[in-house]
Amino acid sequence: MANMKMEKNPMPEQDPIVRASNFDEVALGYSAEAAMDEAKRCLNCRDPRCRTGCPVSVRIPEFIAKVAEGNFDAAYDIITSTNSLPAVCGRVCPQEKQCESKCVRAIKGESVGIGRLERFVADYHMNKKGKAKIEEPESNGHRVAIVGSGPAGLTCAGDLRKLGYDVTIFEAFHKSGGVLVYGIPQFRLPKEIVAAEIDNLKAMGVKIVNNAIVGKSETVDELFEDGFEAVFIGSGAGLPQFLHIPGENLLGVYSANELLTRVNLMKAYRDDYDTPIKHFGRVAVVGAGNVAMDAARVAKRLGAEHVYICYRRGRDELPARKEEVEHAEAEGIEFNLLNNPVAIHGGEDGHVIGIELVRQELGEPDEKGRRKPVAVEGSNWVLDVDTVVIAIGTSPNPLIRNTTEGLTFTKKGGIEADEGGVTAREGVFAGGDAVTGSATVILAMGAGKAGAKSIDKYIKSKG
Amino acid sequence: MYKVVTKRFLNDAKTICLFEIEAPLIARHAQAGQFVIFRLDEQGERVPVSVAGYDREKGTVTVMVQAAGRTTKMLHTVAEGDYITDIVGPLGKATEMDGLKKVCVVGGGVGCAIAYPIAKEMHERGIEVTFIGGFRSADIVILKDELKAASDKLIMCTDDGTYGEKGFTTVFLKQEIDANIAEGKPQFDRVIAIGPDIMMKFLADVTRPYGIKTIISLDPIMVDGTGMCGGCRVIVGGETKFACVDGPDFDAHEVDFDSLLKRAAFYKDEQDAAAAHICNMTGGKRNG
Repeated sequence: MANMKMEKNPMPEQDPIVRASNFDEVALGYSAEAAMDEAKRCLNCRDPRCRTGCPVSVRIPEFIAKVAEGNFDAAYDIITSTNSLPAVCGRVCPQEKQCESKCVRAIKGESVGIGRLERFVADYHMNKKGKAKIEEPESNGHRVAIVGSGPAGLTCAGDLRKLGYDVTIFEAFHKSGGVLVYGIPQFRLPKEIVAAEIDNLKAMGVKIVNNAIVGKSETVDELFEDGFEAVFIGSGAGLPQFLHIPGENLLGVYSANELLTRVNLMKAYRDDYDTPIKHFGRVAVVGAGNVAMDAARVAKRLGAEHVYICYRRGRDELPARKEEVEHAEAEGIEFNLLNNPVAIHGGEDGHVIGIELVRQELGEPDEKGRRKPVAVEGSNWVLDVDTVVIAIGTSPNPLIRNTTEGLTFTKKGGIEADEGGVTAREGVFAGGDAVTGSATVILAMGAGKAGAKSIDKYIKSKG
Repeated sequence: MYKVVTKRFLNDAKTICLFEIEAPLIARHAQAGQFVIFRLDEQGERVPVSVAGYDREKGTVTVMVQAAGRTTKMLHTVAEGDYITDIVGPLGKATEMDGLKKVCVVGGGVGCAIAYPIAKEMHERGIEVTFIGGFRSADIVILKDELKAASDKLIMCTDDGTYGEKGFTTVFLKQEIDANIAEGKPQFDRVIAIGPDIMMKFLADVTRPYGIKTIISLDPIMVDGTGMCGGCRVIVGGETKFACVDGPDFDAHEVDFDSLLKRAAFYKDEQDAAAAHICNMTGGKRNG
């Protein structure tokens, strides 16, 4: 008998006041009882539309049916048959725009908590004692190189390894995981979770070489010379965009990448780690995507008295996940919506003393349907801050572009590739933010999956 | 983990130490003017340091590091045969040398360690190299023989006159430029200056009136070294550049030194506090 409650089972969370001063995970996860109760809200539709909303086509109603029965192991096997990183996806996917947006239960109430259930199943498996040993698939003797250990690269590696390929990932950083470790904060995606998912891949036989910057330490051509038959480029979008307004090089202006890398990758928030971070007083974060929310909440946890999101559009246009916005507000992040920065002001010592904003009104919708902000003349004002964090997006890193012949690139610097990740150069495939510019973890995973399929087809076609 | 195969102090005061480290991926491509980033251990920070040499066959890269802050002091306690957790590179662009005929390379203090491989390679390529090496005093002078072998003319100077000539590098650079004019010799077609930011600023002032293109190597604060964080922003010719990927070499006459000097001092308080917290009981080792 289906559970016809209109709302999702609530997600237990750390109290906002407590969590705003620690880096522990905010959302605590369902209990087994709550998960089974939530799973019973699924109507197991004959034509499950939720699946069409998932970039990696998780067999959603099937795994949920197993959760409802209390057979969590079977649920895990169903999820991982198409998704190598369920504990990550359950936490960071924008479900409300994907699977959950298609759920029939969402017509008259809240959708089934698909993301929460996926997370529950992944966590259950991770915490279970006496796990079954991961089977290492037999090698088919074909070698594939993967550039970058972020969501695209990890997914591509996992899928290819399952097909028997001998896979090596080359990662520029000392830690693997790409944006999952340098970008997304501990309180939203604990690094232990990422490490466990990566350990699963390693147990399957995926090799990872850290401190290897393809484009610098070795080129794509050298990877072929070294015997790799195909190369998948999942090097992400690491290049931070700046606003190009006066004052951007003042002391106290950070890219979100710098703030987040110091804190997440280098653990500057911990006393026992060496990387320094400033004590913040009043912080303006420019932008309102997930990265902006992460930066704002990190600044708050580092002790900032006031953290402001400055965004040129309105509430309805906020690009971040709904849950991130709600969490940020609950933690005391203040929103200066419809305000666009035009300059950053500094004192004589070169430190930031304020950010000059101009109020905006929303005009006609643009081609994407988003209403275009228009400056209200003469409405400039200065918000007193000592720190400004620019979180307006990132572009693909140019290192591969500058050192690899035979690829073509988009105007924004992305590698040109079709939906299967096929590029202009034979044997080279690409996917994720390296192609699209900054997007989401799950889209990158979908691209990694598509890339793996294309690489398999390509290598088999060569005989 | 990366093994330190050779460790040797380069001066009497033991302020600068050479480390030859096993890192085949770096050795394969490293060139003079590039840098690497190392991390001592799990709690360590990422610290950029210039490539001072490499051996492609042995698969090693050499760095020469001055003990300045917490991490570099701790690095000095790493023994030959020990390991450091991470080293990555080569990063940044190599120093441009094509088409040059006569160059003056100026090094200040530990900057000589970075200038040395550049001078050496130029010398090997047949470029006429005048090397001016400046130090505070005799006890911290490094690479006396190496610099001699890597140059056609070597001028060593100290602030206090305890080794070589007495005086600053700026004085001797001007002297050499003027001598070229007075004696009707070809002028330097490039000056390459590496040392403290303030020294490079004054050297740029020396060459500016003569219109001699002057390249300096910058080492601003950085985290990843691959163009990701933007922490190493420098203003060059009015434009914002990232030292890690667009540099580290830049035209000295275009660099905004005021912004450079301010940015370099941004973490001074934190650095001083961290350096004061090195454990004396363990001789500076974290887990000693």
